[in-house]
Amino acid sequence: MDTTVTTEIKESVWGGGNRPLGASYGKLMMWFFLVSDALTFSGFLAAYGFSRFKFMETWPIADEVFTHVPFFHGNYPMIYVAFMTFILIMSSVTMVLAVDAGHRMKKNAVIWYMFATIIGGAIFVGSQAWEWATFIKGDYGAIETKGGRILQFVDAETGKRVALADFAKSIASERVAHEESNGIWFYGEGTMPSFTVNEVIEGFKANPGLAIKTETINEEGEKVVLSRQESLSKLADASQVVEGANLIHNEYGSRLFADFFFFITGFHGFHVFSGVVINLIIFFNVILGTYERRGHYEMVEKVGLYWHFVDLVWVFVFTFFYLV
Amino acid sequence: MAHEHKLEIFRGLWKFKSNTQKIWGVLAFLTLVTAVEVVLGIFKPEFLTDTYVLGMKLLNWIFIILTLVKAYYISWDFMHLRDEKSALRRAIVWTPVFLVLYLAFILLVEGNYVFDVYKDGFVKWNF
Repeated sequence: MDTTVTTEIKESVWGGGNRPLGASYGKLMMWFFLVSDALTFSGFLAAYGFSRFKFMETWPIADEVFTHVPFFHGNYPMIYVAFMTFILIMSSVTMVLAVDAGHRMKKNAVIWYMFATIIGGAIFVGSQAWEWATFIKGDYGAIETKGGRILQFVDAETGKRVALADFAKSIASERVAHEESNGIWFYGEGTMPSFTVNEVIEGFKANPGLAIKTETINEEGEKVVLSRQESLSKLADASQVVEGANLIHNEYGSRLFADFFFFITGFHGFHVFSGVVINLIIFFNVILGTYERRGHYEMVEKVGLYWHFVDLVWVFVFTFFYLV
Repeated sequence: MAHEHKLEIFRGLWKFKSNTQKIWGVLAFLTLVTAVEVVLGIFKPEFLTDTYVLGMKLLNWIFIILTLVKAYYISWDFMHLRDEKSALRRAIVWTPVFLVLYLAFILLVEGNYVFDVYKDGFVKWNF
C-alpha cells in the first residue's frame, strides 16, 4: 500500500487523542451503522435464499411476474427494474458530485447536485410504489387448490397466460357479501374475488383450448403445463379464486415469494424514502449556508455514504430477486 | 479540506485527470455492467443455463460475480473507500463478508436439506 503511516511524530499510545483510522467520529459512526444495516439486509436475503432452496422446484420465475412497464401494454420482463436500477445509480453519481463540489467549497454546485439526487430518489420511490401496486393488483388471476398450490390458466397452444375474465362463465349464485346489518357478531369481510370457483371451472370446461400451468419447474427451467385431461382432474381440488397478491395469497405462485418481495423491497424502499428525507434536510442546510459557515461540507459526505449504501443494497436485491 | 483522491481504476489501467472525471468513468462502467446483466437476464443464453459450475448455473455465477464487481466500484469510488486507510477499509469489508458467507452457507445448506425431506420424505404436501 502506498499510504505509509506517518512516523515522524512519536505519539503517546496511551495518552489518547490518536486517530489511527484517519476519519472523523461522525464518519466512523456512519460506517458503523452501515455495516450493521448491511448485515440486516443480508439476513433478509439469506432468509429469502433459504426459502427459495426449500421450494426450489416450485419457486415463481421473476421474469414471469414482473413484466409490466407503465404506459405500455405487453410483456416486457426486466425493462422497468433495469430503469429503476439506472435511476438509482444515476442519483448516486449526482451525490458523489455533490460531495466532490463540497470538498472544493462550491456551494451552488452542491445545491444543484443535491437537488438532482433528491429528484432521482423520488422517482425511484415512486417506481417502487407502482411496482407494488401492480403486483398487489395482479393481472390474470388464478385458482388456489386445497393444498395451497396455485393453478394458472394458459392457452394450450401458445402457452401464454389467459385472464379469468376472458373465459369464466357468469353463473348466478347465492353468495353475497356479508354485511354488518345482517350479523350480530360481525367482524368484517374481505373483498370477494370477481369470479366464483364454479364460474371458473365451468368456463374452463367450455373452452377446450385452455390448459393449466402448475408451479412445478421442469428440467428446462420452465413451468410445467398439464394436458387437458390432467388439467380437468386437477381442477377438482380447486378451493378459491386468487386475484393479485398479498401476504396470504399470491396468484403468481408461492406465497413466500410475495412475502419476501414485500419485506425486502419494502425495507429497501423505506431506506430510500428516509434517504430522501435526510437529503432534503441537508439540502436546506446547504442553502442556508450552514456548512459554508462551518468551513467544511462533511455532513454532505456522511449523508452521501448512506445514499450510496442504499444503492449498494439495491444492486444485491436486483440480482437476487430479479436476475438469479 | 485538502483531500487526496486516487485517480485510477482497474489497477491503473484507466487513469483520470480529476475526481469528477473518475466519477463519470465509474458511472459508464457500472451502466455497462448493468446493461450486460439485463441482456443476459432477458435472453438467458442456453449454453450458460445448461452449464453447471459447483452445483449452480453458470449464468447465476456470472450474475453474482458482476454484482460483486458493481458493489466493489460503488463502495471504492462512490463511498471513497479507495481513499481511506487500509485498516478502516478492511474493518468495513471483511466483517460483513465473513459473517454473510457464514450465514448464507448455513441457511442454504439447511434449505437444501428441507427440500430433500419434502421431495423424498413420506409426507405428501403437494396436493
